[in-house]
Formats: sequence, C-alpha cells, structure tokens
Amino acid sequence: MEPSETTGSAPGAATTGLTVAGTTLGSRLIMGTGGMASTDSLRQALIESGTAMATVAVRRVDPSTRHSLVDLMEELGIRVLPNTAGCFTASDAILTAKLAREAFGTDWIKLEVIGDDRTLLPDTVELVAAAEELADDGFVVLPYCSDDPIAARRLEQAGCAAVMPLGSPIGSGMGIRNPYNIALIVEQAGVPVVLDAGIGTASDACLAMELGCDAVLVASAVTRARRPDLMARAMREAVSAGRAAREAGRITRRSHAEASSSFDGMIDP
Amino acid sequence: MSAIVVNGSPWDSPDQATIADLVDQWCPSPRGIAVARNGDVVPKSTWAQTRVGPGDRIEIVTAAAGG
Repeated sequence: MEPSETTGSAPGAATTGLTVAGTTLGSRLIMGTGGMASTDSLRQALIESGTAMATVAVRRVDPSTRHSLVDLMEELGIRVLPNTAGCFTASDAILTAKLAREAFGTDWIKLEVIGDDRTLLPDTVELVAAAEELADDGFVVLPYCSDDPIAARRLEQAGCAAVMPLGSPIGSGMGIRNPYNIALIVEQAGVPVVLDAGIGTASDACLAMELGCDAVLVASAVTRARRPDLMARAMREAVSAGRAAREAGRITRRSHAEASSSFDGMIDP
Repeated sequence: MSAIVVNGSPWDSPDQATIADLVDQWCPSPRGIAVARNGDVVPKSTWAQTRVGPGDRIEIVTAAAGG
C-alpha cells in the first residue's frame, strides 16, 4: 500500500480526504445515529464529531413525531447514508434500499443483512446476493460485513464501493477482536475499508486507523456514552491521530532493545 | 371505502384515494418519505396517479435514528 501524501505544511495538517465512489468526504469518522437519547444530544454529538456522513435507518412514519432527522442532517451539512438495518434477507434489504433511494434521493446505501438478532452478525450469503443486485442497479453499496478477508473480497468483486468489516458485534464495545484479519483486508482491498461495529472507545478507533483502515463508523460508543458529545470529540481526535500515525510510518516491533542514544562519545570514567 | 393496511394497521381508505392522498394524511410533509405498495416501491412522481385498491398493503417510510 502506498502511503497517501499529506496536504498542507503546518504541523498536524489534515491528511488527504476519504474518497468513496469518486466523492471525497471531509471526515474519516462516519457516525451512526442509533441509540441517542434525544435530538438535541444527537445534534451536539454530530457537531462535535466533525463528521461528513451519518447513517439513518428506514422505518415506518410515526405521525406523532415532530422532528425530522433528514432536516437535522441538512441543517448540519451532513450527508445522509441510509441503511438496511434490521433486514434478515436479501429481498428485504433490496426493497429497503430502493425505498431509501426514493425517500432521500441518494444512491448510497449501507447494506446490512443480519443472520440472527442476538449477535447481529452479517449473513454473508444474503449480503453478497443483495450487494450484487444493488450494485447492478446503480447503488453505491457500503456493506457491513464480517472480518473474513474472503467475504470482503467477494463483496468487492460484487461491485461494492467500500467494505465495512466489523471489529466485534454491533453495540458490544469489544473493540477490534481480530486485528490481523482487519490488516489482511486492508492489504488486499482495492476499495476503502471502513471499520464498522464494535468500537467501544477512542483507542479502538485509533487502532483501526493505525491498522490501515480508511475510516471508521461509530454509533453506540458515542450515542450510549455517558457524555456523547465528549466521546464524539474523542473519536474525532482518535481517528485523526490514528491516521497520522499510520502515515508517519511506525517503528517495527522488536523483542530486543534498540538504543536511541548512540554509544559514540561516551566518557570513560 | 376500501379496507387496506397501512404500516401494518387496518385503514379505511376513501374510494378513488391516491397514494398522494394517503401520504397527506399520514405525514406533515412529503420530504424524506417513500412508499411501497404490495412490496413494490411507488415512485413519488406517480403518487398522484396511483389509486389504492381493496386489500392493498401500504408501507410509508422515512428516516429514523439507527445504524
């Protein structure tokens, strides 16, 4: 993998933006909106996160709801990424994606097809089937997938615009359970890799970026934190730090020491 | 009146009512809304011309916090 060039000459200058399907997003932190206690908390967290894109679920209208999530996103200048959360079959996910395209006027879809409601783990068979059909229909598909490098490859071959492997189950906060698999996915991917699901705190997001992910998607770690606005800011900084560390090129790990001070010029008492 | 199902609940729709009429009754604004009729998306451009019929299953959806 080629390291991307840094832009700007000031220390701490932002690295190049995240580009998905030809569109450059101003942030490598994608926010999920599920689980937030109130619209005001959500607004504050979204602002603190500095995100350029956030997911929404597609659900039946509730005539008693007065707030419009779409209006909030527009007010904050955040791109809406609809998702197929809650779908268990390819056909449900495909219909949901088409409804989302119609409702929000976007071809982008976060494709989530789950195998059971206890683990919320993706059903790869249904997921690949849905991805193929949606990609053929012109959707920009961002699939939430397992951390199996072969599954990620299949999804890329199916025409997905990115791959979004989980770190651990949705909402579990267990972080990245298999960093070696994530590194393998990063190594082979020809599309952006977004670590999606299981992030629990800032260091998890930082690690994802250090492993070479192009972005992270965080929901529960922020929405269910004691202080969502503070955690959103922490995630923003963690993603930035992790990306910079990756681009800086870390030292290799070694089991023995390597002195940082030369032995030359030592006194001989 | 036609007996239809909207968002999983029984609903009595006036004869000759269109999808547009239905959306008007259910949503304060048609922004960010999509409709499926018997499992197929009804494009917004056809809402005013598409009449609901007896037994139709209608889903009216919008964005909700999630994902």
